[in-house]
Amino acid sequence: MSEGATVPESAFIEVDRVEKVFDVRRRTGFLQRELRRVRAVDAISFTVARGEMVGYIGPNGAGKSTTIKMLTGILTPSGGRLRVAGIDPSRERTRLAHRIGVVFGQRTTLWWDLPLIDSYRLMHRMYRIPDGRYRENLDRLVELLDLSALLEVPVRQLSLGQRMRGDIAAALLHDPEVLYLDEPTIGLDVVSKARVREFLRELNTERGTTVLLTTHDLQDIEQLCSRVMVIDHGRLVYDGALAGLHEAGESERTLVVDLERELPPVEVGEAARVVKVDGPRQWLAFPASESAAPLVARIAAEYPLVDLSVREPDIEAVIARMYQDRETARETVVQAPGNS
Amino acid sequence: MGSARLYATVAAGGFRRYATYRVATAAGVFTNTVFGLILVYTYLALWDERPHLGGYDQAQAVTYVWLGQALFATLAIQGGGFETELMERIRTGEVAIDLYRPADLQAWWLAGDLGRALFQLLGRGVLPFVFGALFFPTALPHDPVIWAAFAVTIGLAMVVSFGIRFLVALSGFWLMDGTGAVQVLMVTGMFFSGMALPLNAFPQPLGDIVTLLPWSALLQMPADVLMGRTDPLFAFVFQAGWAVVLLAVGRLVQGAATRRVVVQGG
Repeated sequence: MSEGATVPESAFIEVDRVEKVFDVRRRTGFLQRELRRVRAVDAISFTVARGEMVGYIGPNGAGKSTTIKMLTGILTPSGGRLRVAGIDPSRERTRLAHRIGVVFGQRTTLWWDLPLIDSYRLMHRMYRIPDGRYRENLDRLVELLDLSALLEVPVRQLSLGQRMRGDIAAALLHDPEVLYLDEPTIGLDVVSKARVREFLRELNTERGTTVLLTTHDLQDIEQLCSRVMVIDHGRLVYDGALAGLHEAGESERTLVVDLERELPPVEVGEAARVVKVDGPRQWLAFPASESAAPLVARIAAEYPLVDLSVREPDIEAVIARMYQDRETARETVVQAPGNS
Repeated sequence: MGSARLYATVAAGGFRRYATYRVATAAGVFTNTVFGLILVYTYLALWDERPHLGGYDQAQAVTYVWLGQALFATLAIQGGGFETELMERIRTGEVAIDLYRPADLQAWWLAGDLGRALFQLLGRGVLPFVFGALFFPTALPHDPVIWAAFAVTIGLAMVVSFGIRFLVALSGFWLMDGTGAVQVLMVTGMFFSGMALPLNAFPQPLGDIVTLLPWSALLQMPADVLMGRTDPLFAFVFQAGWAVVLLAVGRLVQGAATRRVVVQGG
């Protein structure tokens, strides 16, 4: 059954110029409605190969969840072509459901009032998992996610981290070929996060499950994904290796200087700009591609320098800059003339 | 059939979910018994003044009261089943999870609600009814065939009750806030099901009208079958007819709601 579709291994998930346009009606007065057309996803194209683990990031409202919903088939694209394992998700949602797993960090698929094991028995029936395979998978997931002590505990009594592990197991009992994770580490403490990440890494390397991970936590991406896609205002603004983000984001390094006393912002011309002053300490931003040496030499020569340090750009700052640049570049709400 | 096993599991889950709340169940039994007492004494006073009101003698009126208390939670006559939960899931967008599952939304919630109803019949319904039968003169049949027919009418009433509440819950896809719909459900449920006063005691022509509405399939039909006032076959046809109509309308509305979500987002 699972070999039904003939998909080239190179493109397990195919997204070709996919768009999603929402019509938002807003009351502007008595009996007056304004119709706004919001492009939540704007002609996005990408492919994900079988066994890849891809990070999908972007600010709130960028279109991440909309993309995930289209990939699961609960939203129909307004345009473009979408295939997951050769299946058109919105047309054959139920058939696809047997081959994908979904975890929503802020929502649970588990039965709130009942012991965890009851939800798993339900998955057993819902996905029609053969008995032997169900038991095998359950045993494996219970061991890997350390759930044995929790199986008889009602879900409402689980901590957030425990519940998340329970949800991940529920999504994997039917051996999905691809797992979509929407914010799997949101709200978790450091230990729980590490545990979830470790599990996902193993799942991907040992079982070859394709993983598409949506997150705000860039550590998730740094620790798990070799490839990252950045979406903003419904458009894919970056798709590539994590390392390449720095160049794409025109990232800057920061030189932190401690002067002898409080002074007006340091003047070094085009080489760097002061981004922050706090007493005798000043922060200077300069392009990551430039060497820090001439800048340090110049400041040491012209100012009473006591101490200094250079900070590498962290990915978080790089992405924040990426979002900001685009924010100022364009406001993308298209006014539609229609009324209806 | 694979899906029969799925929905049996969902129904069992619905049963067990309610079974976990033992204190709530005990409180419910107590409340229904107290309400039963209040209503019984009110009815007895009323039937003293108006003997054979609606064609019931005093024992039949008393039986009707205790039956109403037994079925109150079972049939969620004034709401209180799955519908608030489903509306909340619609409001928060969690219904998206239900939609991507390889299961039918209506069948899923029907199965879960039947499980709940069965638990509440056994856990909350039986005790007040037995209490009433022990301490008051009641009009109960001796013929096991009538009891069997009565059991069937309760099963059908559960489906009709679900059909009504499923429509109320789906209104959440169009309404920002479902509080109003739930309140309408509560008031109509109390009035049209005959929870306050048996439908046959209603003045005409209102009485004729309310006996045709789906709510009369909830309490009035099982009561009349139990007390031998209605042909069971007629009751079955009437209840099944409403069940089919309500489920079919529910299916249409569900289709429209799903299309709306699928095209327009949650």
